[in-house]
Amino acid sequence: MNRFAELLDRLGYEPGRNNKLRLMTDYFRTTPDPERGFALAALAGGLSFANAKPGLIRALIAERTDPVLFGLSYDYVGDLSETVALLWPSPAESHARAEPTGFDGDLDLVEPRPVARGHNRPPPSLAEVIESLQVSHRSDLPGLLARWLDGLDETGRWALLKLITGSLRIGVSARLAKSAVAALGELDPNDIEEVWHGLEPPYESLFAWVEGRGPRPEATDPAPFRPPMLAHPIDDSDFDSLDPAEMTAEWKWDGIRVQVVGGTRPDGRRVQRLYSRTGEDISNSFPDLVEAIDFDGAIDGELLILREGRVQSFNVLQQRLNRQSVSPRMLVEFPAHVRAYDLLHWGEEDLRPLPFCDRRERLEAMLAAAGNPRFDISPLIPFRTWEELAAARANPGEAGAGVDAAAVEGCMIKRADSPYVPGRPKGLWWKWKHDPHVIDAVLMYAQRGHGKRSSFYSDYTFGVWRDGPAGEELVPVGKAYFGFTDAELAELDRFVRRNTINRFGPVREVTHEPDRGLVLEIAFEGLNRSTRHKSGVAMRFPRVSRIRWDKPPAEADRMEILEKLLRREAELDESAES
Amino acid sequence: MRPSDLLTMTPSGLYCPQADAHIDPVRPVRRALITHGHSDHARAGHGAVLATDETLGIMAVRYGPDFAGATQAVRYGERVDLNGVTVSYHPAGHVLGSAQIALQCGGVRIVASGDYKRARDPTCAPFELVPCDVFITEATFGLPVFRHPDTRHEVDRLLASVRVFPDRAHIVGAYALGKAQRLMALIREAGYEEPIYVHGAMERLTQFYQDQGVQLGEIRKVQAAERPKLGGAIVICPPSATQDLWARKFPDPVTAFASGWMRVRARARQKGVELPLVVSDHSDWDDLCATILQTGAGEVWVTHGQEDALVHWCVTRGIRAQPLHMLGYGDEGEVEPETNVLAGEAAPAEAAT
Ligand SMILES: [Zn+2]
Repeated sequence: MNRFAELLDRLGYEPGRNNKLRLMTDYFRTTPDPERGFALAALAGGLSFANAKPGLIRALIAERTDPVLFGLSYDYVGDLSETVALLWPSPAESHARAEPTGFDGDLDLVEPRPVARGHNRPPPSLAEVIESLQVSHRSDLPGLLARWLDGLDETGRWALLKLITGSLRIGVSARLAKSAVAALGELDPNDIEEVWHGLEPPYESLFAWVEGRGPRPEATDPAPFRPPMLAHPIDDSDFDSLDPAEMTAEWKWDGIRVQVVGGTRPDGRRVQRLYSRTGEDISNSFPDLVEAIDFDGAIDGELLILREGRVQSFNVLQQRLNRQSVSPRMLVEFPAHVRAYDLLHWGEEDLRPLPFCDRRERLEAMLAAAGNPRFDISPLIPFRTWEELAAARANPGEAGAGVDAAAVEGCMIKRADSPYVPGRPKGLWWKWKHDPHVIDAVLMYAQRGHGKRSSFYSDYTFGVWRDGPAGEELVPVGKAYFGFTDAELAELDRFVRRNTINRFGPVREVTHEPDRGLVLEIAFEGLNRSTRHKSGVAMRFPRVSRIRWDKPPAEADRMEILEKLLRREAELDESAES
Repeated sequence: MRPSDLLTMTPSGLYCPQADAHIDPVRPVRRALITHGHSDHARAGHGAVLATDETLGIMAVRYGPDFAGATQAVRYGERVDLNGVTVSYHPAGHVLGSAQIALQCGGVRIVASGDYKRARDPTCAPFELVPCDVFITEATFGLPVFRHPDTRHEVDRLLASVRVFPDRAHIVGAYALGKAQRLMALIREAGYEEPIYVHGAMERLTQFYQDQGVQLGEIRKVQAAERPKLGGAIVICPPSATQDLWARKFPDPVTAFASGWMRVRARARQKGVELPLVVSDHSDWDDLCATILQTGAGEVWVTHGQEDALVHWCVTRGIRAQPLHMLGYGDEGEVEPETNVLAGEAAPAEAAT
């Protein structure tokens, strides 16, 4: 798998989409089956096996390295898999080293004699690794892993460790990987998507078809995933060029986008599935919803938790998503529901080429006829001008969302005549999200980042003011590690180093007094109550939106402002529970 | 004689009182022994300089013919007596003309290795082992995560990329003295026969190498106007130029960087590198350790770089070791040279090769 690892490594550095495509296509063109098929599965997120725990990897390296040297190395590199990949004493990589000689007391020079160390074991293929991982017992893993690491080069070890710990982030979407396969032939990426869900790694029939050596793989799945259509964020300047009369608008619900698909096999057996927007089959997590799929068709919609007809906040949905197993009690307490946006398929008919308004009529009729309490329709927002829509968006409760208003995260604008085009086509759909919440907070602690930022203090804990027992005090309310540019990161890092007042391992406490310190403007999407945090609140997706070099810490925000927001966020949950 | 009597630290750098000579002094001194031509080791303005002929030549290219009051060339292995101290220069394998400097007096021999490497380099004489009592080693890559791969593999990766992207220019950042010319020679060894393009800033040093008989094939200086036409070409330039406006005029450039730091992904990312090439003119961890053992030195002084890990390793092997800054170098404390380089602050061009 050294070649696959090189591909991954290169993809990680390459920013350009088209160049990533070329790298992948080149790899698929020059790599034989079944190796390339497993690579495709890894790139497209189609692999599943029990992940190895970091503890196992630490144990393996501890047997092979001095703990002090490991500690210094890990601190320097900042990433466990990479540190181990670099440190691993591999027999496959030992090149000629000079042989030790003693001091002979004279200036005569000693010519070093090269000696080869160790023995070479053939590196494992990706196919071997994946097939072994799928069948082997957990207790075999340490031995297998050590053997593979011995056989691989540094890049191969790095990729293997990332792969088996489930932390492979390649910066390539499944879509792009499939596009690279399509580019082997003269196909469109959507041609690949259409047959994808009937296929399994290593996809030999797919490659044969794309390369013109075999027939199109039969789409035998009666309930396949269909690649979703996505919207562009709308820009203020877009409105001028859009005619409200040609558009429809509907709420964007704060749940998870899903595809609900029902079908019938030739033998009459029913197939019901729930897919995430990336095509992952999540049926097992939502048996309550899946058993309610009593139609042959495909709905695009938002998964929500409904209690007594009311949409619950994302926090509530999160509680169900976080559970590993689905208990009967959870099915009662967190009933799943789908609010439908679109109808993609009905019976034998592919509706996607139809205009949105026609699909919408079919969807309304279908839901009305079914009368299925697990599904309802996402209502349209009536508007004539963009100002009217802006007013509705600012106050969803008054504009038709009613008691569910707090679960609205903005609105969607769609051309009434838009066909359903997989991917993110231009000029058809837009999303107009809520502005994030913003507060001014004071930087209190900074920690070294990981990965590419391991030499910078890039994780920032910030606080707001409150009345403490001894007067005004700052209480930490969150931690942000993105939102700034690289140049700003360098400035923040410099500020941290120059204003350190305490050190706790990788963490530094920085000056935070009313007249000395740094104010960060923090944007975030939402707020939860939390018993794990001193402040009692936890932010969703906090990020540094601006660095307020100009603002004295005394003028930063107070805890009260978060308390108020928290009450507003919690209103919906409480109204349903009381 | 104790080793610390033979060689000590002063604010100007390592100093031998009996010979009244500094090794690689950081400020002008009366008499300087220079290991090699990198700017953090070879500075202008000394009263007298003793160095190899090649190093003197490099200093003249960089600083002009009057870079020192007087110069004296020394051959590898030649013994020079300085007031009872026997001084000799031995190949360090780092760059053209680079040397380790051995000082011997009263039954004590100290070797100041300067920068050195054990890996093969077609552009300079290979490292020679000099047994000694005290070995002064660099520790630029003094962590066990730094294990430089075979350079052939790295050059193959560059040439493979040129094949996959025949319309993109491959801009390779490499230090102007040593690394650039070594890379050119390695690319030639891999069978690449097209002209290799160089940034104007490395033209004279490259010419100097060629004048010394190092075979580099056809080297062309990049003309500003022809940049957009250099799709598929390999262009070697100083590391800082890869991020300049200068580099953006090439067709969809692939930014490469040849350095030992490229072994760690975070370092490559911070520099905006798309094709990191792990090619170093310094010893990697394994070679640092092997060399220390082979010198037979009972005592090791560790300088510039990651001293902690190497000192620890020596101690676990029963070898006395200390970081050299404890002998007098200023402790910069928080300064991590690589961080400064990455943050775009001024840093000596060759200090972090
Ligand atoms: Zn050097």
